[in-house]
Amino acid sequence: MYAIIAGAGKVGRNLARELISKDHEVTLIESSRSCYLACEEEFEHAVQYGDATELWVLERAGIQRADLVIAVTGDDEDNILVCQVAKEKYLCGRIIARVNNPRNHDHFRLLGIQPAVSATDLILRLIEHEVPRYGLVHLLALEEERLEIIELEVADDAPTVGEKVADIALPEGCLIISVLRGGSGFVPKHDTVIEAGDEVLLVLDPGLEEAITAYFAPDGTPAAF
Amino acid sequence: MFILIVGAGRVGSAVAKSALAAGHEVSVLDEDPLSHERLDAGQSKSWEDSGGQFTVGTALETDALIQAGIERADAFIASTAGDNTNLVIAQLAQKRFGVEKAIVRVMDPARADWYREQGLHTISPTKHAIEMFERALTSEAA
Repeated sequence: MYAIIAGAGKVGRNLARELISKDHEVTLIESSRSCYLACEEEFEHAVQYGDATELWVLERAGIQRADLVIAVTGDDEDNILVCQVAKEKYLCGRIIARVNNPRNHDHFRLLGIQPAVSATDLILRLIEHEVPRYGLVHLLALEEERLEIIELEVADDAPTVGEKVADIALPEGCLIISVLRGGSGFVPKHDTVIEAGDEVLLVLDPGLEEAITAYFAPDGTPAAF
Repeated sequence: MFILIVGAGRVGSAVAKSALAAGHEVSVLDEDPLSHERLDAGQSKSWEDSGGQFTVGTALETDALIQAGIERADAFIASTAGDNTNLVIAQLAQKRFGVEKAIVRVMDPARADWYREQGLHTISPTKHAIEMFERALTSEAA
């Protein structure tokens, strides 16, 4: 695979190292002269000096044959531009953008820049995972594929406590895929009995979160996402 | 016509003043409060007294754009110092807020050309400068 990475900051450099170690071809593009010189020694021909939002810089890096373009500069507008041009002008099959300011996430979505990854959002999800008073945790949300995996802690007063998995009439479009109990997880069988304090993992169609919450954590507040 | 101008530099502020003088309703958004002075410079009355609106905020902030009146804007001008910022906010104006006329200043001729093909009204001062230099050269040579 050939990947172009715009921005040779900490994120860009580490991504490049990982990809190179997995035998992928990588070109890093960095617009700050000092930063470029600092990584040139390590990355040699795999780093180029230039502004990745300039079309000729992308072309010099061989964007026409790139399988993946990753924009991880510290500037959200630049990341949007690089990905938009890669996707729509050079018809690159895969793009990934970094969102620096989570308030800009909507802009990425509106302009079709997906997936867009925000460190703040990722950390927020980890906080939700670690702080159980949030009833519902989004573990994975693939918007394009319309697929979600959520985690719910089963409340004491949940209607499903004491029920066998086979007897729980969940709405269509969701499935219990794992139960975490006493620190370890297992795939439930049809006769597994749900207990209060269990954490259940469900795969579901988007939009079913609230309906599902009622089954396992009736008073839980779904996290706002 | 209600015109929203984002970026009150030399170009943005001059266009704002002439549009206001031409009888349009004009709102200006800039992240630097000092840029307001450019709107007052050379005028007998202050920008607000002449009927202009000024909002401090950054261009990508939805709240700032709404406060500056983007929802009722008939025309949108993106004239900040950043090409990429201008290109992104002009697309937001069109796609999120349905502004009909979005005009974008793009210094880089290559990006200006490509985004024009995508339906944005781009203006590239660099391109004009290049053409004028070339014309000046050839006319002097003649």
